[in-house]
Amino acid sequence: MLRNICRHHRQFGQVIWPFAFPQAQYVPSLSTHLQKASYASATTERKKFYENVSISQGEGGLFEINLDKRKLKTPGGKLFTVPNEALAIAVATEWDVQKDTLKFYTMHLTTLCNTALDNPTQRTKGQMISAALKFLETDTICYRVEEPPGLVELQRNEWDPVMNWIEERYSVVIGSSASIMGPQIPEETKETFCQHLNSYNFWSLTGLEYVITQLKSLVLSFGLIDRHLSVEQAVLLSRLEEEYQIQRWGNVEWVHDYDMYELRARTAAGAMFVHLSSESTAVKRKILQD
Amino acid sequence: MAAVTCRGLLKEIRIAKGSDYRNTLVYKYVLEQFRRNQVTGAQLCRARMEALHAARTYLCLLTSTRLHLRLHERYHGRGERAPEVVAGLVGLRLPTQPGGKGWET
Repeated sequence: MLRNICRHHRQFGQVIWPFAFPQAQYVPSLSTHLQKASYASATTERKKFYENVSISQGEGGLFEINLDKRKLKTPGGKLFTVPNEALAIAVATEWDVQKDTLKFYTMHLTTLCNTALDNPTQRTKGQMISAALKFLETDTICYRVEEPPGLVELQRNEWDPVMNWIEERYSVVIGSSASIMGPQIPEETKETFCQHLNSYNFWSLTGLEYVITQLKSLVLSFGLIDRHLSVEQAVLLSRLEEEYQIQRWGNVEWVHDYDMYELRARTAAGAMFVHLSSESTAVKRKILQD
Repeated sequence: MAAVTCRGLLKEIRIAKGSDYRNTLVYKYVLEQFRRNQVTGAQLCRARMEALHAARTYLCLLTSTRLHLRLHERYHGRGERAPEVVAGLVGLRLPTQPGGKGWET
């Protein structure tokens, strides 16, 4: 049944309804200009004040972003530095593709880097780990319904494999329940996850916390970070009940698709952030000996 | 699979940037990464699978931000109309009160 949902998305996701005006021919009237201007503030939209974006390597091997001649800074006033080149290029691209106005709500990687650099709420590693473990008790995958039978079967077919995978990979017991109290998580499970989370650095934990908040599930976040699931699959599993209802009652583009793309964008940004912050590349040259 | 992802990424970059997309940093980086992971001695190369997953994640990021922005512009881009304009839609006019409204001092 899930394959039907995926096929439905692939077929109808890109259809432009005949009575919606295409982007190229839309001529905004004077009143819409005034309305748009009144809703843009300094925090949400600014005019684009630069032409070229480039990256440079500063001291300590950290990379910085240059907008024309000025260096990018975080909202807290610190210099914007990232530990590796790939993340710097991705952030520079985010700034580069902005046209006319800067839309900060589309620049997810920049937002994540700012959070990690400034740390405005003074989170420590321990706080983030305990918050993540607390989330396991209210994990989406663990809560099953008892009716309607189509949804029960869908949950069993789609969520059980992920549950089996994570229980096998980390040698833990999580279980699922249909009651309002939720599953009882044993202490050894929490210990195992606590040790695993401790191995990530602060930046990766910031990204991981973001992904968990978006997907509303620790199990799915681990599945994504361990590369067992792709972003589209993780988002689909997170929104399983919504997808079931969409299949039943129909899709409303400006709510369902809007939410799905926003969730996909944020989750993908979070996953990329975690991967880039926790990896290190080394090139080993093998010399052929004949 | 890798070719599909690579093509999708380059298409996204082309849509996002416009004419001179070949000179951007991200274009060169993506091509270099794909070329570097092409040649491998092992059958199940872990670095290659990780790089492919990262590439698919980045493609998902670019596509979904673009589509989300498109939907936002189309459906939620305009604010509300002013009360005078709303009244004018049905042919009415708001009353003018030269002394100010009752609750304004």
